[in-house]
Amino acid sequence: MKLDRTSFAILAMGAILLIAGPALPSWMVSMLNVSLCYGTVVLGMMLLMRNGIVSFGHGLYFCLGAYAAGLLDQMLKMPDMLLMVGAAVVVTGVVSAILGLLLAKYRDIFFAMLSLAFSMILYGLLVKTASLGSTDGFNVAAKTVAGFAVAPESQRLMVYSLAVVFATVSAFFLHSYLASHQGRLAGAIKDNELRVEYMGASVMRAVHRNYVISAVLAGIGGALMAVNIGHIDPEMTYWPQSGEFVFVAILSGTGSVFAPLGGALVFEAIRSFAYEYSPNTWQMVLGITMLLVMIFLPGGLWSLFTRKREG
Amino acid sequence: MAVILDARGLEKSFGAVTAASNINVAVEQDAVVGLIGSNGAGKTTFLNMVTGYLKPSAGTIHFEGRDITPLAPREITRLGICRSFQIPQLFNTMTVLDNLLVGVGIVAAAGSKWGARNSAYDDPVKAVDTMLDQFGLGSYRNRQAGLLPEGTRKLLDIAMAMVVRPRILLLDEPTSGVSADEKFVLMDMVMAAVKEHKVTVLFVEHDMDVVARYTDRVLAFYEGRIIADGAPATVLDDVEVRRFVIGSHAAPAGAASHA
Amino acid sequence: MSQFIAVLVDGIVYSSWLFIIAVGLTLIYGVMKILNIAHGSLYALGAFTSVTLCGLWFNAGLPPMGSYLMLLLSAILVGLVAGPVIERGLLRFMYGKDEVVLVLVTYALFLILEDLIKLIWGVDPLFITGPGGESPYSLLGNFEVAGLTYPNYNLVLIAVAVATGGALAWALARTRSGKLLLAVIHDREVSAALGINVGRIYFVTFTIGAMLAGVGGALTAPTVSVVTGMGAEVIVLAFAVVVIGGLGSLPGAALGALIVGLVRAAAVHYLPEVELFSIYFVMAVVLILRPKGLFSGAEVRKI
Repeated sequence: MKLDRTSFAILAMGAILLIAGPALPSWMVSMLNVSLCYGTVVLGMMLLMRNGIVSFGHGLYFCLGAYAAGLLDQMLKMPDMLLMVGAAVVVTGVVSAILGLLLAKYRDIFFAMLSLAFSMILYGLLVKTASLGSTDGFNVAAKTVAGFAVAPESQRLMVYSLAVVFATVSAFFLHSYLASHQGRLAGAIKDNELRVEYMGASVMRAVHRNYVISAVLAGIGGALMAVNIGHIDPEMTYWPQSGEFVFVAILSGTGSVFAPLGGALVFEAIRSFAYEYSPNTWQMVLGITMLLVMIFLPGGLWSLFTRKREG
Repeated sequence: MAVILDARGLEKSFGAVTAASNINVAVEQDAVVGLIGSNGAGKTTFLNMVTGYLKPSAGTIHFEGRDITPLAPREITRLGICRSFQIPQLFNTMTVLDNLLVGVGIVAAAGSKWGARNSAYDDPVKAVDTMLDQFGLGSYRNRQAGLLPEGTRKLLDIAMAMVVRPRILLLDEPTSGVSADEKFVLMDMVMAAVKEHKVTVLFVEHDMDVVARYTDRVLAFYEGRIIADGAPATVLDDVEVRRFVIGSHAAPAGAASHA
Repeated sequence: MSQFIAVLVDGIVYSSWLFIIAVGLTLIYGVMKILNIAHGSLYALGAFTSVTLCGLWFNAGLPPMGSYLMLLLSAILVGLVAGPVIERGLLRFMYGKDEVVLVLVTYALFLILEDLIKLIWGVDPLFITGPGGESPYSLLGNFEVAGLTYPNYNLVLIAVAVATGGALAWALARTRSGKLLLAVIHDREVSAALGINVGRIYFVTFTIGAMLAGVGGALTAPTVSVVTGMGAEVIVLAFAVVVIGGLGSLPGAALGALIVGLVRAAAVHYLPEVELFSIYFVMAVVLILRPKGLFSGAEVRKI
């Protein structure tokens, strides 16, 4: 694998965030942490959008990842952060591999609706499962990393560092993937599925593979979110959550893996700011932003950068 | 010469319209075969059946001795039959270079499974650049495919079929929409590439000058049947062909004649 | 036996409610190809407006029976105010865009309307009750089936659903405007070329669709606590209904509503744990087996 400029930039970003962590004010650590969790999920949304597909049910994997992490703590008493993320990867990988077989044939609003239905099925199950706290969910706490105990006072920093590492690895992986032959197929599928088949590649298989990757990314984001917030509930798979991921993906654009990460940060900033100063209008701010982006910046915020570079 | 493509007793109808009736064609390796006939005569139906897009209601198609009748387009492409389209099917938002790199990637990813032609591209970009030069597309390399002029789109469409290393290339009206003075330029480039890679060609064409100049065999279609099959000079002079295919409105040489 | 009857009655009532909400959604999709997430907000707007209007009515000491008029007026207001504002102010600039983009536009609209509702009505739950505890829900008295008591208000829901469905079916089949509408559904470009004012048809369709959402909200308001977020809850249910029946199909919406209504009622009575699960499970199964829904085959989509 050859490293290009973006790959180096991703690694550099990760290193800087990691080193800067202890020096940053706690509000900024919190904001970055949530952004990285979200950003990882939106990396997956971006991959789907490169295929021309929008999921209105990615909360499903965000939630599954979080519950996989939570159950590891709750049921198996193994509150290890790495294991939690690992469990999320396995669970979301398996579930998406199965559901992907059904979804890979669907496009446009039918894909959106079926993915929505799947996520709402999980929602319906969770809200009625008393042993998992029903609508209230339950608390999650991670106490070790790879078997090493983490002192309570350094817990937050540890969770943050882990989010940095996983988001960086995810972005690095996705960037390499998109630059690969397999990854290039995504854009080709978006443009012309017929031609892809007549060049000898299976559109179904490619979409399935990309769906699984995007689901696993959402699962990682969910597990990180669970240990970050310390609490999980079925709202994670309720449709407005999935809608929020769509929102961030549109806001970000799909031009680069930096877009979802940056977009997630902008989103978090808008949210914290609006929530603090005007809690009853922050959704309105989001809605208006989304409309403006769709009308004036169809390539998302990322297109501001590329436009500048070209000009 | 060995027979590379063998279609036997193909039948196909759409409702009351017979699109293929007892089609028997055996194509020899390295042949350049022209398919002529008025619109609706069954030429494109024939191409569609060979590439697996349509399934014949009766009959079989063998490629290099293998029955490909039940296969999907993708599988047939992988075996070595590729096609271009009457309306170019490009990846419109991607650059010309990327359009072809997609194909290179598909061949590379398939590796040894790519038919009998295990010929992975060592240096994809260089291979594509060579190809772009061959097709006279070099100056368009980094242009977006969706914004190309029509003649260039046609060329890219054909290059996209060639890039996945076919043994047989099917061209559906390669010169339609191409200006009269560009037609021969386009066909010269395509034929040069085809000869270099030893590809067998079947192409649907309305321009009889193009047919006469490039083919060594012509199949004339009329109402789903093949009414004449032979050397271009013979077929183009055939009385039935002149009446049903070329028609009284046959234009003088050099003019764009088809409707 | 009595439980079975209860399932049936509950199911039919619930189906009627679902149909009222979903029919506007399917109408808008059928004509305009917009899967309108903001339909949920229009529904909520109807509910909140009716809280205000009924409150005014009761506080003015007017006869409680008139509160039904207020419910109706709320729905009309939502249709005539929100409908045109949204269609003229936003949607008309989006026509011809990709269906998924249109969904996202209405999602943005949904976010905006949700907060607009909070700004106007606050975030506390509201109820429709007069000073003496009167509510349109209980004013009409009760009926009994197999030993179970139901408010007569449920009959209003059924009647409105049947009347709405019937009126739309009649209008489409028998009136000139209905036929123009069918022409637009069949082929927008050709219709426009033939001189049909497509823009006007879109305008009217969206207004009627918004009004139907308002009817759903207004009729629901007396039966629940009116809270923010009620639109989000309802819109996925409506999606389930129209997707099961076939997007854009009027009989499909009726069938989808019946299926979802009966499934949910059965779940509530026999296996409460699967109440929500069952609805979306059916939705997923239908989408998997018949992606275009039960009521839309290869033929031209019929509203």
